[in-house]
Amino acid sequence: MAETKSARPLSPHLQVYRPTITMTMSIVHRITGMALYSGTLLLAWWLVALASGPEAYGWFEWFISSIIGKLVLLGYTWALLHHLLGGLRHFLWDTGRGFDLKTANTLGWASIIGSLALTVVVWILAFVLSGVL
Amino acid sequence: MSDMRTPLSRVRGLGSAKTGTEHFWAQRATAFALVPLAIFLIASVVALAGSDYETVRHYAGNPLVAIALLALIGAGVYHMRIGMQVVIEDYVTTEGPKVLSLLANSFFAVLVGLACVYAVLKIGFGA
Repeated sequence: MAETKSARPLSPHLQVYRPTITMTMSIVHRITGMALYSGTLLLAWWLVALASGPEAYGWFEWFISSIIGKLVLLGYTWALLHHLLGGLRHFLWDTGRGFDLKTANTLGWASIIGSLALTVVVWILAFVLSGVL
Repeated sequence: MSDMRTPLSRVRGLGSAKTGTEHFWAQRATAFALVPLAIFLIASVVALAGSDYETVRHYAGNPLVAIALLALIGAGVYHMRIGMQVVIEDYVTTEGPKVLSLLANSFFAVLVGLACVYAVLKIGFGA
């Protein structure tokens, strides 16, 4: 391995490129994936508390209805929707379609705008159905 | 360099593990399953927003809901485990920390999965 550490030029990395929408959405797809990974702890807490009884569930309700809990759940909602839309984009690419610049850029913008819009819709629905709005 | 080995013998065993296609398919198959299951999770949480303990427990105790939750958990933890595996392999290049990270990744996924499955079954069987 010693030879590979000689003064050979490295291939250009992220910082030398002007950010493009496709590149940014690729990075965000990975970040939301990692966020959802940690977020499964929230799902596990919800289900285990529900199985444990009203007292344990009360602690979960206390957390999730707090400001921090709501922000975490809001972030989780957006991360899930963004990763979901990003995944659909990958399914299209898997068929060999959608690689031309125009389509790829449009899909990139669609995934960020679509995920933000859907997050708003989901939360408004939740507030309306729970009688807060 | 006092290494007597040929360049070929030095790189042998450092290449592909020959499981790339299987990994790719597993990622896509679980992703495909997770599309309706994630929508089901979001719809459930939206519908249950503001509900009390008994209502939520009654909902999760419905066999169809429980089966969907189990499918979500199974596909979800598998998908996230092999997804995180790629992230680790991309960024952790030192062999020791890499193996430990991959182990921690598997343990985390299995533990979260077991906790969720146990909870869903306990609710479903009414214990």
